[in-house]
Amino acid sequence: MIQETHVHDQQVRPLSTTQAGDCVRVVGIDAGRGLNSRLAAMGLVASTELRVVSNGHPGPFVLIVKDAKVVLGRGVAQKIMVR
Amino acid sequence: MKRIRVALAGNPNSGKSSVFNMLTGAHQHVGNYPGVTVEKKEGVCTYDGYQIEIIDLPGTYSLTAYSTEELIARDYVLDETPDVVVDVVDASNLERNLYLATQLIEMNVPLVLAFNMSDLAKRRGIEFDLEQLSRLLEARIVPTVGNKAQGREPLLEAIVATVRQAETPRAHRLNYGDEIEEELAKIEAVLVEQNVEWVPRSGLRWVAVKLLEQDDAVTAKAVHPEIRDAVARSVEHLRGIFGDEPEIVMADRRYGFISGACQETIASSVERRHDTSDTIDAVVTNRVLGLPIFLLLMYMVFWLTFTLGEYPMMALEWFFEWAGATVAGFWPAGSDSWVKSLLIDGILGGVGGVVVFLPNILLLFLAIAILEDSGYMARAAFVMDRIMHKIGLHGKSFIPMLIGFGCSVPAIMATRILENRRSRFTTIMVIPLMSCGARLTIYALIIPAFFPHQWRGPVMWLIYLIGIVLAVVCAKVLRLTIFRGETMPFVMELPPYRVPTLKSVLIHMWQRGWLFLKKAGTVILGISIVLWALASFPKPSAEELAELNEQQRHQTILERSIIGRVGHIIEPVIRPLGFDWKVGTALIGATAAKEVFVSQLGIVYAVGSEEGGAEVLRRRLQADYTPLVGFCIMLFCLISAPCVGTVAMTRQETNSWRWATFQFLALTGLAYGITFLVYQIGSLWG
Repeated sequence: MIQETHVHDQQVRPLSTTQAGDCVRVVGIDAGRGLNSRLAAMGLVASTELRVVSNGHPGPFVLIVKDAKVVLGRGVAQKIMVR
Repeated sequence: MKRIRVALAGNPNSGKSSVFNMLTGAHQHVGNYPGVTVEKKEGVCTYDGYQIEIIDLPGTYSLTAYSTEELIARDYVLDETPDVVVDVVDASNLERNLYLATQLIEMNVPLVLAFNMSDLAKRRGIEFDLEQLSRLLEARIVPTVGNKAQGREPLLEAIVATVRQAETPRAHRLNYGDEIEEELAKIEAVLVEQNVEWVPRSGLRWVAVKLLEQDDAVTAKAVHPEIRDAVARSVEHLRGIFGDEPEIVMADRRYGFISGACQETIASSVERRHDTSDTIDAVVTNRVLGLPIFLLLMYMVFWLTFTLGEYPMMALEWFFEWAGATVAGFWPAGSDSWVKSLLIDGILGGVGGVVVFLPNILLLFLAIAILEDSGYMARAAFVMDRIMHKIGLHGKSFIPMLIGFGCSVPAIMATRILENRRSRFTTIMVIPLMSCGARLTIYALIIPAFFPHQWRGPVMWLIYLIGIVLAVVCAKVLRLTIFRGETMPFVMELPPYRVPTLKSVLIHMWQRGWLFLKKAGTVILGISIVLWALASFPKPSAEELAELNEQQRHQTILERSIIGRVGHIIEPVIRPLGFDWKVGTALIGATAAKEVFVSQLGIVYAVGSEEGGAEVLRRRLQADYTPLVGFCIMLFCLISAPCVGTVAMTRQETNSWRWATFQFLALTGLAYGITFLVYQIGSLWG
């Protein structure tokens, strides 16, 4: 995994731990090939910027990805590593 | 006239169907792709001396082999080689939408891009240099506003121009970077060397890209060990370099290409702001308010479908009664002609039984079209997902299941809102367990006959509850057995809210109504006529009927008919449930429609349907059966043998008689088992 700590001093963490209003960047996605390709098609690839609209606790996650609003289940949000 | 075949591709929510409606108007035809239950819409229009045939491909975000929709869209483009592919792109969300375009470019198809919702993009302050972008993507670009029918002529013009233009190879291609390009070149070389027959048709470059991405469908076709070895070596090599699967790196590169193209050609003066959609979402998907709002909207859907739908249904019933009386007028009063009976009870009754569903279906799909076009449907799935996920179903499954309380026929058709096949089929299988309105007439007969006043409410409630619990349990069991498979991870777009257009809502509603009449309607009619024949033949002789009054005559005819005989034959089988041949005969008749159970029982007991008939029938039932048997009758009617309409609809929506038969037999078996247990255990108590 590529480590570029100089961009932000925040550490790499799963998307599921972010809060509403956070703006984060995708570092890597730790999922199977099917989910990975689906997420890529929705615009979720490494280095994509995301804005967290709501962290549903314990419900699904709402994000803004490339100008579109996308919902993810918590299981999926745990597999996306962001910074 | 020369023909042009056009395939319409695009992301879900890109307004693809509004562009399709704009191009074809009412000249549309809905069917299924062969062998699958994905909807296929076709339409035609004429322009500039060309007859343009348009296929609306399923809405997809990409063209991988991971979902049925994507495979269908891809195979159509590859195998049917349309003259032009029009990619409908949401211009206000260009980067994500162009991902599909890069894959179409890679397939080397003649491409036209429809920049849809360009008015919205303009309002958001996005400005395009279309000429420059068109040069970079090597495709004509036409701004459109599908729901306002803007851009129709220019789009058709671009389609025709693309066809007329002599095929020129693309000047440049999407570059994946040196490391990947090197491996692609190696794979291409092996492909050429092996001289595989199907490769040139799909395009050498595209096959190489798909092989490197380890695409399941293409990999399965490439059986040569030399090719497999070369691909495996390249994949291994690239994994070593990037520490990731090649397909992920390649997806990154596609987005890189897109953002490069966009940077040069798009000026966005405003950042994405907090817009109206966000404000609505703050309320509608709110953790506290979300569920009540959803339930309120569902109540309105139900009310529209069944309460409002009752008036046209009453009018239709009245019409068919009048038509029956008119036809009967051609025979002398009291005639027993079988032709008269065929016309009135068989054909008119059958057609009436089909058409009577139509108001429900039209109104339900009106409501669904509004929910879908407005963007609320995605929110409904979001709100319900947590609950429905537990039983292995999709959040949207809730809607057809709720409709099932009104009638299973429109409910099964409503499962079209579910994309995932396993979720959809599971939902279809359990819908008949939701106690429909027709079964209410059975409960309304039985409950007052056997239960004291204070128990009537709770017994009714218990019956409905048993249905719901069984549906949940069966759904769970089905998802763990025949429809096993990982639940699709929940990833979904919440499209911006939009005001639905009247035209698109009406087209949607009309298509579903027509589909029902044409497909399910003919099956329902056929089976109804068969059931009529089984209940009418063989006839007793005229002498036997001569001495009897009208009710007794009906009773004798039914008892002597095949259904009556079968009722007698199955008596030993249904005895352990507490039923005799009379109930058996009525149950067989009830497969035509659940409410027929009541009228059949009336005939078996020679009770007329005139005023006070129900009370007479209840007294006869009290004399013959215990409350336990009464309860078992309701239980059996709740679970068993879905009606003809349901069978026909399941056949239509699953595209196979196998699933319809399975549903029929499994539910009847389940009903037998449960009623058996209840009756036997109940009898022990006395």
